[in-house]
Amino acid sequence: MNPIPEQKIHDTLANANLQLAIYDATARLMHKRRTALDNPLAADFEAWREQANRIKRHTIENLDHYLEQLEQNLVHNGGKVIWARDATEAADFILKLAKDNNALRLVKSKSMTTEEIDLNERLEHHRLDVVETDLGEYILQLAHQRPYHIVAPALHMTRYQVADIFTERLGVAREVVIEKQTMIARAKLREKFLTADIGITGANFLIADSGAVVVVENEGNARLSSSAPRIQIAVAGLEKLIPRAQDLAIFLKILGRSATGQPLTVYTSFLAGPRRAGEIDGPEQFYLVLVDNGRTRVLADRDKRQALYCIRCGACLNHCPVYRKIGGHNYPWVYSGPIGAILSPLFHGVTEDPWLPSASSLCGACGEVCPVKIEIPKILLELRNDVVKAKQREGSGKLERWAFRIWAFFMRHPKLYEMAGMAAPAILPEASGGAWIQSVALPLRIGPLARWLSQRDLPPPAARSFRQQWRERRRQA
Amino acid sequence: MSRDHILHKVRTALGRSAGQAVEAPPTPWIKIPEVSMDARLEQFCKALEALNGKTLVAGSKEEARQYAGTLLQNRTAIASNAPFLAACGIHTIPGVLTGIIDRVALRDACAGCDVGITSADYALADTGTLVLLSSPEEARMISLLPPVHLAVVPRDRLLTGLDELLTVLPVPSQRSSSMVFITGPSRTADIEQILVRGVHGPGETHVVWV
Repeated sequence: MNPIPEQKIHDTLANANLQLAIYDATARLMHKRRTALDNPLAADFEAWREQANRIKRHTIENLDHYLEQLEQNLVHNGGKVIWARDATEAADFILKLAKDNNALRLVKSKSMTTEEIDLNERLEHHRLDVVETDLGEYILQLAHQRPYHIVAPALHMTRYQVADIFTERLGVAREVVIEKQTMIARAKLREKFLTADIGITGANFLIADSGAVVVVENEGNARLSSSAPRIQIAVAGLEKLIPRAQDLAIFLKILGRSATGQPLTVYTSFLAGPRRAGEIDGPEQFYLVLVDNGRTRVLADRDKRQALYCIRCGACLNHCPVYRKIGGHNYPWVYSGPIGAILSPLFHGVTEDPWLPSASSLCGACGEVCPVKIEIPKILLELRNDVVKAKQREGSGKLERWAFRIWAFFMRHPKLYEMAGMAAPAILPEASGGAWIQSVALPLRIGPLARWLSQRDLPPPAARSFRQQWRERRRQA
Repeated sequence: MSRDHILHKVRTALGRSAGQAVEAPPTPWIKIPEVSMDARLEQFCKALEALNGKTLVAGSKEEARQYAGTLLQNRTAIASNAPFLAACGIHTIPGVLTGIIDRVALRDACAGCDVGITSADYALADTGTLVLLSSPEEARMISLLPPVHLAVVPRDRLLTGLDELLTVLPVPSQRSSSMVFITGPSRTADIEQILVRGVHGPGETHVVWV
């Protein structure tokens, strides 16, 4: 059981530059989304969400059927499916493939699933040269950090930090102009693309009726990774399935708009196996690594398996008041924000980071913006319930239970509640001019209550309670 | 083994048995608007120009060739084997390389050229998107490696949008191993959300309608 990383969170909150970077980037992404939805082309957006939810539900409820259909069609296209129970199996396959093909250099486009299974570390450990090619991911790989955001991985970095990283790790002259930094990365990575033996991509969608992998991006690095090397590997979670290519008609429309406010991203690649007879370029070998890594565990939870509908657009992060303060690196796993707060406990069990489902104000924004209508706030509440149950099984949380019993007793006895309310000003310091109360008298500064109060200010007690005012009104009427 | 293990876990979780029938999925959401060809051309150009792409509606093949000629001045170019490019006379513009069918030779040629010239199998009017299928006529690299991409396309290939494309091509994998949608120049905003074009793909996109 990991405690809440209080010190790290305090550091994030105290870092004014970082706070500004997070606030600014998420505000821009929210604005772009809003602008895209106000466009007449997106007039059916609500109907698309509804349809996307229905299709995802149908696919997840019949996942075995669509997995088999996908495999059959992908094999028909000349590709091969590798089923990986966990990170080790996925990495072992890629290591063996690299060895069998004398491949030393691998280029990689952005993929949260490969982050999830620590693929880079595992391959680097065996002395393979594996290079991230998405600009943000490239910077992070050089800085040995994990993504700060699902869609904008280096959201927390300034151009000056990038300049330092490039100077230190690439040995180039210090450069702080963003356009020039981008061109430095282009030149360095171009050479890698042209000499790599294997290209690794993720997958935004797996299409059962076509035996295809769909990859969505803006830079062109996923296209390069899937076209330049002689071997392509796509790594994907097995929940990425949709039944038909025709379903892309809505999924592409909701993904681009929700993530970055684009009706379509710059590049959408629909990849179905290795190059065919007559085709001039494209990979000679094509593999899809289907990763379980905990997904079947989530699937077993009937009420919460809808978490697997997620298409990784990042909209819930941008709209979350908690993510916007604490950022992406204070969440325990690669998935941050509200979706991370439900995926982490569902994959790893609620007792691992029991504080996580409570890292939410329950404002409901995440559920409102989710393009596939995952009921994130409801799942967060259910997970809190699971945390309490787990604590009870362990016999801990007694103090909390007693506190709530006392609270419930007062709530059920209005007279006592009112008397306690009248007594409150006695233990609270005199509030001057309606200011909020930032510290309380000693008897309240103990144990868990002290910790709870350390993060919260209290409103000053009203001069006359609601009950008093109510009685007066009744008397006057 | 892992395959059977995973499929078994999936079925156990869902309470399904092997080979159990599946209800039909919800009907695809496909809506094709009626838009005249002139309106489509206008839509396409407006959408692509908003992304900093350049467009021209050419009155003739000769006009298209002239545009290409001006763009290519003192620059090297590689053109795909698309018959429509040959019909427009693109292949005979000085400095244009074409006819390469070897994978590695093509890649190296693309990496060294200033401009890549292709046609397109389809285009989507509402988003300003080119649709390219990999084939003996169109390679993947030509629209990707050179810093400038020029597409010369006959106007009858312009569809209203994604919905119409997926009606014309309900299972794209039957046609090709690769279908790519290209919507404007390559871009990134990974550093401080500042937009930079041409990060890995072309930073310039030109589309000429014939």
